[in-house]
Amino acid sequence: MDFLVRLSVKNLVVDRGARRIVDGLSFAIEAGEALVLTGPNGAGKTTVIRTVAGLIGAAGGTINLDGGDAEKDIAAQAHYIGHLNALKPSLTVEENLRFWAAYLGGGTADDAAIYDALAAFDLEPLASIPAGYLSAGQKRRACLARLIVTRRPLWLLDEPTVSLDTASVKLLAECVRHHLASGGLLLAATHIPLGLVSERRLEIGVRSAAA
Amino acid sequence: MSAFWTLLKRDLLLQVREGGAVGTALGFYLIVVTMMPLGLGPDLNLLSRIAPGVLWIALLLSALLSLPRIFEADDEDGSLDVIATGDLPLELATAAKALAHWISTGIPLALLAPVLGLLLNLDLGAYPVLVATMLVGTPAISFLGAAGAALTLRARRSGLLLALLVLPLYIPTLIFGIAAISAATGGPSGFQASFLILAAISLFSLVIGPLAAAAAIRFQTQ
Repeated sequence: MDFLVRLSVKNLVVDRGARRIVDGLSFAIEAGEALVLTGPNGAGKTTVIRTVAGLIGAAGGTINLDGGDAEKDIAAQAHYIGHLNALKPSLTVEENLRFWAAYLGGGTADDAAIYDALAAFDLEPLASIPAGYLSAGQKRRACLARLIVTRRPLWLLDEPTVSLDTASVKLLAECVRHHLASGGLLLAATHIPLGLVSERRLEIGVRSAAA
Repeated sequence: MSAFWTLLKRDLLLQVREGGAVGTALGFYLIVVTMMPLGLGPDLNLLSRIAPGVLWIALLLSALLSLPRIFEADDEDGSLDVIATGDLPLELATAAKALAHWISTGIPLALLAPVLGLLLNLDLGAYPVLVATMLVGTPAISFLGAAGAALTLRARRSGLLLALLVLPLYIPTLIFGIAAISAATGGPSGFQASFLILAAISLFSLVIGPLAAAAAIRFQTQ
């Protein structure tokens, strides 16, 4: 166990404009545990993940990362993978990863971590190709490789498997298993099962969908 | 702090790889200034009298062209969200991006100005002062412009809105930039005072610009 942290969300309330998207959501994720958010489109899965990542301000409730680095906010201890890949088309896959490794890791890009990340998502043959030339699935893999280049305890994955083929989903599942085994946390919104043993599901937005 | 340099280096590398923005700004500067003598006629005295003003106004407009690109690309491909989850405070991240804009656009424009001064019969003694005032004044353009670019990030057809927001903020830089040059070529105002106020405006923008830009980005990416 490398990480000993616990994410607890209590009575989370999030408003988007005049609409209340999340109303009184509570959950906790223990070290080594995965929580998958499910629910119909528009239920607020992305909103919850972006709120935990600190990109959206909550209207109420608390989000705590117990046992984390008290000096840093939760966002700086989390990897956020959104709908967009955050790749620069004119930089090669390796340059993109090297930038994120240095930026997210506080200035030093560890060569070993870069090669691990390339290997984990089967990107070695693509390393020197500009990201703009990749297919949608290859871009997604290059984006996910960011999870490996620096170690952060909390992974926030919003539909990580979009445009991935079956083999690539397995690669992602393998990385997630490894992350969980080292005590990491996972909060994901996905409709494709990642094949995890300890995966819990949380259905959200059912009440507002019925209303 | 090293994340700051990492971001700065990446933005400069992207400018080199993608070009475009700098070339457009320099080309626009060249063409606007070139059209002045054609439009105003070959009156050398008139041209040399209005040269500082023409060079400064054209520089502001050229820099304005490249402002939207400071944050637009990073917002479109999702990088801005990930930048916000870094250890680096967003205020320093916006400062790094504004600094990259100044290095890649402000400095080349300031260095092109004396070449264009030839077209306007600018007094030869004014060249060092021209470059000095522009190098000292252009940081204000990048840092205040970054705040404007962040405010109009998600607005559609934001170009005109950006110009309306940002150009009034450039007026102090314009006034004291021109005053410093005309003082050096025998104008009424004192050179030192104008030059120091110009530097003060830039230092002020260096602090205010990134703060405003970060607040605007937090609000817009909600």
